[in-house]
Amino acid sequence: MNHLDRLENKSIHILREAYSEFDNLSMLWSVGKDSTVMLWLARKAFFGHVPIPLVHIDTGYMIPEMIEHRDKLAREWELEMIYGINEEALEEDRTFPEGDASHLECCENMKTEALKRTLDGSWPRYRLNHNTGEYEIDDNKEPYTGVIVGGRADEEGSRSKERYFSARDENNDWHVSQQPPEFWSQYKTDFAPGTHVRIHPILDWTEVDIWEYIQRENIPVVSLYFDRGEGERYRSLGCYPCTDTVESTASNVEEVVEELKSGKFSDIAERDGRAQDEEDGGGLESLRREGYM
Amino acid sequence: MAADWNHCAERGICNMQTEVGTEEQDIKLVMAGHVDHGKSTIIGRLLADTDSLPEGKLEQVKENCRKNSKPFEYAFLLDALKDEQSQGITIDSARVFFETDYRKYIILDAPGHIEFLKNMVTGAAKAEAALLVIDAEAGVQENSRRHGYMLSMLGIDQIAVLVNKMDLVDYDQEVYEVIKEEYSNFLQDIDIEPETFVPVSGFEGDNLIDLSPNMNWYQGETVLELLESFENEKLPADKSFRMPVQDVYKFTKGGDDRRIVAGTIESGSIEVGDEIAFYPSGKKSAVRSIEGFNEPEHESVGVGKATGFTLEEQIYITRGEVATKNGEMKPENGSRLRANLFWLGEEPLKKDKTYDLKLNTARSRARLEEIKRTIDASDLSQRQDKDKVERHDVAEVVLDLDEAISFDLAGELTNTSRFVLVDDYEIAGGGIIQEALKDEHSWVREKVMLRNYKWESSRISRERRAEKYSQQPTMVLITGEEDVGKKPTAKALEQQLFNDGKVVYFLGIGNVLYGVDADIKHAEEDHKEEHLRRLAEVSHIMLDAGTILIVTAIEIRQQDLELIETTVDSRQIETVWLGDNITTDVSYDLHIPSFEDEQESAHRIKQLLQDRGIIFKPW
Repeated sequence: MNHLDRLENKSIHILREAYSEFDNLSMLWSVGKDSTVMLWLARKAFFGHVPIPLVHIDTGYMIPEMIEHRDKLAREWELEMIYGINEEALEEDRTFPEGDASHLECCENMKTEALKRTLDGSWPRYRLNHNTGEYEIDDNKEPYTGVIVGGRADEEGSRSKERYFSARDENNDWHVSQQPPEFWSQYKTDFAPGTHVRIHPILDWTEVDIWEYIQRENIPVVSLYFDRGEGERYRSLGCYPCTDTVESTASNVEEVVEELKSGKFSDIAERDGRAQDEEDGGGLESLRREGYM
Repeated sequence: MAADWNHCAERGICNMQTEVGTEEQDIKLVMAGHVDHGKSTIIGRLLADTDSLPEGKLEQVKENCRKNSKPFEYAFLLDALKDEQSQGITIDSARVFFETDYRKYIILDAPGHIEFLKNMVTGAAKAEAALLVIDAEAGVQENSRRHGYMLSMLGIDQIAVLVNKMDLVDYDQEVYEVIKEEYSNFLQDIDIEPETFVPVSGFEGDNLIDLSPNMNWYQGETVLELLESFENEKLPADKSFRMPVQDVYKFTKGGDDRRIVAGTIESGSIEVGDEIAFYPSGKKSAVRSIEGFNEPEHESVGVGKATGFTLEEQIYITRGEVATKNGEMKPENGSRLRANLFWLGEEPLKKDKTYDLKLNTARSRARLEEIKRTIDASDLSQRQDKDKVERHDVAEVVLDLDEAISFDLAGELTNTSRFVLVDDYEIAGGGIIQEALKDEHSWVREKVMLRNYKWESSRISRERRAEKYSQQPTMVLITGEEDVGKKPTAKALEQQLFNDGKVVYFLGIGNVLYGVDADIKHAEEDHKEEHLRRLAEVSHIMLDAGTILIVTAIEIRQQDLELIETTVDSRQIETVWLGDNITTDVSYDLHIPSFEDEQESAHRIKQLLQDRGIIFKPW
């Protein structure tokens, strides 16, 4: 059993545990490469089906190709597709750079708050109707008590502290030093009323693992990750005002893998192009404690 | 500082030259030991000296330290969180990736502070080998021993000891030998044979990469050589097959009619056609197909694989059972067990409380029946007079479970012998089963397992029968004192359900007593259990036929109910207590205090069945 097989089996085991142990379960899908790999792992875990609703947080500043890719796969794979959005902050221009918010405030409004309110059901959830192809307000307003998230431990310091099953309190807060132990494939599947659990099936994967797996399994990822003749590509996807492309001529999966392993990026972190990491000084931890992914 | 960590991580990975799908393995190591004995410093130094840091990073961290007027420490290189730096201690098992020419390493830095033992356990449990660090100046401390003990309980058998900070004791061989002697004795007491001892200085880099000229008296392995000597964990491929069932899937979308038993194989392997027995039920069938998505068809599947298979017969099995292969070693099945456990909970493990025991995918309520002895892991002192297991203690205990589960013993198969105890939503302890003990229902369970094993399945599955009859097969057990109206209620309920078109049957206890039980004397109390067992067996057949079965019995006790539940799935039983006085300890689903009218009582039971989804609720 090789390295990718080991990672795959562990992730599938975790997804199945989550599915069996949580009644109100959802999976966050940002349409980026990591959560798309996670979605693919769910298809493997459940033998071609995805019996878990997928939640996408639309920040209002998504690169249009991402929304197209999301809806294309949602139709092809018959996904229970749901999105949430902070309509209020968009209307009131509490964004960056167009509105009057800083980077971090914009993240808090458009990601953290939108996510929190979508998960707890207090804001509308828009569900894809596969018959009409349109999104409609979802009747289900039950809070999700288990949320599957595609975070990787190697992305950034605070993520290396995560458990596979990680408790969040009623305010969505994460208490880093108070986490329960996790061993022998036993996870925190019991939770007090009002709290919820975040589940991280791909915590042990690295950026190279993700790409090698995309290559091995032939997983469709959004074309923004590849150079389309302009000598640049996205290495990490986010909102268009705050995520830069990198100079690269890698135009397919093989070339991306090659570039990451021995090329120009073997020495540079993936999130280098993300603005919010710099502003806070301490990395993502303060955002994460309040519920950022 | 977060960025430093980030770069180390990326760098370690990105330099790895592998093809997709090669067999090359990385290895996970844990650094354990007492707080401040220098674990993080050794890791930081290893990163720096193996050139695993990105260019300029070391200088940048040094510059930061200079600006903030604090002395540079190699430990800063991996302190990923702000919290850690302000407190100066590692609070969780952060991961560090680094590589040598030989292979890639993932190092888990386990916190040495006693407050964070649960984090140490989390980190160490993932490791395949451990480096235990002891400060030469401070000597063997409480957590040097406690961590050693925990490593052995977690099942990590490759352990090497680094005697650190040799620079602070003038590289004195005598100091090293004294610690080696003392700690070797300790390890021997807990049955650990260490790979080796190495005298080092993380701060100065002595004996990490090269043998140090400061300690010419040491000519053994360097830390780097030691790391390369560790072997990957071997999966139990040639042991008896065990696959704890995570779930049985049937996703009907798109006309998929496969019924797939899913789980991760903990040991052994199976092939299409193999006879499989599930425990603790004992039900058996054969593997029809091995299923997967986006992978070639398989005729066999083995240890480590998260897999799924379909069966030849439509047998009813659920999460928590263990799939085993006929002809191989059978697992233990029972509800009492003797185990060694470690306790991490804030609240001690006590006798007057119930816990949840989780073993693989099985789960049961559990009580502490007996503490045979407690061991203080920091000095191995034993006590036999304690009535609770305190935080950080290790103990040998007897646990009594509500439901029988399937398991193996520690000496036989490791993965299926380990459990955790959940206290108030949190995993609070871990244990390893040493012995299966008899419980009062063992004699019934053995009969049930044999019955299930020999059971001839029909072609009609339980689900299809339930669909056809629009009802879940259920035993309604009406109990209470004498003359409170149990039989009239039962017969009225039968009539109401029958008129609604349900498949329902009233089974009077006398109907069993003089026929099925004709060979045993019904008057004698010591035959009561056998009477109950036969009643339950008859009920089991009726439930298998898909009926709702209504049974009455006088003053059923909890132990009687448990005996019935050994034979009939507890999820298929609804217990109703009738009458004002509750005279036994039985846990019931519904209490109807005063009996006024049999139709009214029957109606209330019908509502219970509707609320539980056993029969359809019209609106």
